[in-house]
Amino acid sequence: MSLMFILFGGLAIGCALAVVLQRNPLYSAISLIGVFISLSSLYLMLSAPFIAAVQIIVYAGAIMVLVVFVIMLLNVEAEERKRPRLTFLFPVAALLAFVLIGEVAFILYSVKPARTPGPADIGLTKSIGVGLFTTYLLPFEITSILLLMALVGAITLARRTEILSSVSRLMTGPYVPPPEREEPIIKAVEETS
Amino acid sequence: MDNPLIHSLLVIVAITIAFLSIMLLVAATVLAERRVLGFIQGRLGPNRVGYGGVLQPFADFIKTMMKEDLVPDQSTKFVFLLAPTVAVITAIMAIIVYPFGPTINLPFIGPIALRIAQFDVALLYVLGVTSVGVYGIALAGWSSNNKYSLMGGLRSSAQLISYELALGLALIGVILMSGTLDIYEIVQQQSGAWGMHWNIIYQPIGFIVYLIAAIAETNRVPFDLPEAETELVAGFHTEYSSIKFLLFFNAEYINMITVSMLATSLFLGGWNGPGVATFPILGLFYFAGKILFFLFLYIWLRGTLPRFRFDQLMNFGWRFLMPLALINIFLTATVQAYAGDFLNLFR
Amino acid sequence: MMDGPQLSWYLVLSAILFTIGVVGVITKRNVIAMFMCIELMLNAVNLTFVAFSSFFRDVTGQLFVFIVMTVAAAEAAVGLGIIIAIFRNRESLDVDEASILKM
Repeated sequence: MSLMFILFGGLAIGCALAVVLQRNPLYSAISLIGVFISLSSLYLMLSAPFIAAVQIIVYAGAIMVLVVFVIMLLNVEAEERKRPRLTFLFPVAALLAFVLIGEVAFILYSVKPARTPGPADIGLTKSIGVGLFTTYLLPFEITSILLLMALVGAITLARRTEILSSVSRLMTGPYVPPPEREEPIIKAVEETS
Repeated sequence: MDNPLIHSLLVIVAITIAFLSIMLLVAATVLAERRVLGFIQGRLGPNRVGYGGVLQPFADFIKTMMKEDLVPDQSTKFVFLLAPTVAVITAIMAIIVYPFGPTINLPFIGPIALRIAQFDVALLYVLGVTSVGVYGIALAGWSSNNKYSLMGGLRSSAQLISYELALGLALIGVILMSGTLDIYEIVQQQSGAWGMHWNIIYQPIGFIVYLIAAIAETNRVPFDLPEAETELVAGFHTEYSSIKFLLFFNAEYINMITVSMLATSLFLGGWNGPGVATFPILGLFYFAGKILFFLFLYIWLRGTLPRFRFDQLMNFGWRFLMPLALINIFLTATVQAYAGDFLNLFR
Repeated sequence: MMDGPQLSWYLVLSAILFTIGVVGVITKRNVIAMFMCIELMLNAVNLTFVAFSSFFRDVTGQLFVFIVMTVAAAEAAVGLGIIIAIFRNRESLDVDEASILKM
């Protein structure tokens, strides 16, 4: 079990570092999917199979698909090299981060007694369903209204200026830039400041 | 010490047997598709290689392996190699949750259960693996560095994510009636009573919605606009040749098989059939027979129906199929809440 | 170490992931990459919740993770809609250039 924790934890940390260090956003997205899959395996080790499956369905299978779509549709390019500004502080920051994590680990080791992960019946679908529909019914209903708000918001934001555009027009072509104006509004503001 | 080791060994043996039989079934489906399409279109299919064309898929395999493996000259080679890998791995990962038959009693070894794994969230696992399979197509379209492939890949991904919503919603009716996400339990609940407990009798709308969504999920006719040869120059797999193309091809057929397995397990009673209680080994043949029926249905539809246009496809998925699946959930939930005890007398 | 991974191991891993996410949000200039680092931070917190839920035998942690995932999905949809709208207006995804409200 410890070996599997070290394996999946190391994979999660490696993919997380790749998310931050990669310059091409598509590679960052693929590394983030790797983080989600290793976290899902860690949830399985913690006897939470429902949360592990929902993590794959929601995060790796829906949210990241949306992010990858946006990256492909907007044709995002890789960032260029960092401009040289205060880069000498990065090793100092890394050292301080290690010190902080060491302190946290020391506190956790000296305070918590050793235990084992829970039995397998607290993470089953049935117990989550019971909790969600009896004790936590109000958050559940509020979450459904939140999703409705997100649906309306996303459709309103991503729509073009015509009121009656149909679904098919969102996907029948690559990104088309807005029509040219003689004086772009944004540049006019910047020139006067 | 023995039990976990022997258990792991048995699981590995089961996975190997299932994998090899799925590969053989893919080869048989490729051949059957060409022959049956030929008969529908009034001609014989390929029947020269081997007796009646049986060795045709292997000949195709050897021919495709010998082609040159082109990689477009651009900087995302890693993603170009990753995309067919993801497609095939997620396709084949879905087969482990299905029960191929009831528990049979072998004379020397004892009772063995004809399944690979049984866990509580099996249906969610299948949905999750289907969701991750979208990446194979999206990344393939992107990394081909070709605007037609990108358009084909994005269209196909949009189709997949639209119809996987309808697919998930259609399955909720079955989950409401069975009360469990475990496919083994769902198949178990459909046994007995001369087939009157099969879920297709209680969920006809759910079955139709699931079948249509499944055909769209596997990119088959009439939903195969993104990959048809006459549109968009074969779509997202234009730039793939040799073994990477074979991986995509395999992924499509394995997806067909896994979707058929889900349909038989959830709606048609899995391995249930006449005489399974006395001769459990018959369950394996009933399961295989039902899968073959669904594969024949796929091929039949391919030979009969024309193709949807892309906006017709998206309209159909969002404006007809998803509300129909939601209506199915409301009806099922209402009937289950008010007449659930009455209904359970029949099941 | 014969008991398997302890609670503190999971919490330290979650802290490391959270820190990497914070560094990413501060360092990256591409707005989609910043969004992905925010998702990384949310996932680190999810890991903490699930670890506590498992070691204290209480399902409440996992229910909270469920709600967090739902909120993250809603945030992703609206956030990416905003990003697309910003890109349409100025054709650049660099957050350092989105500074017209500065003096």
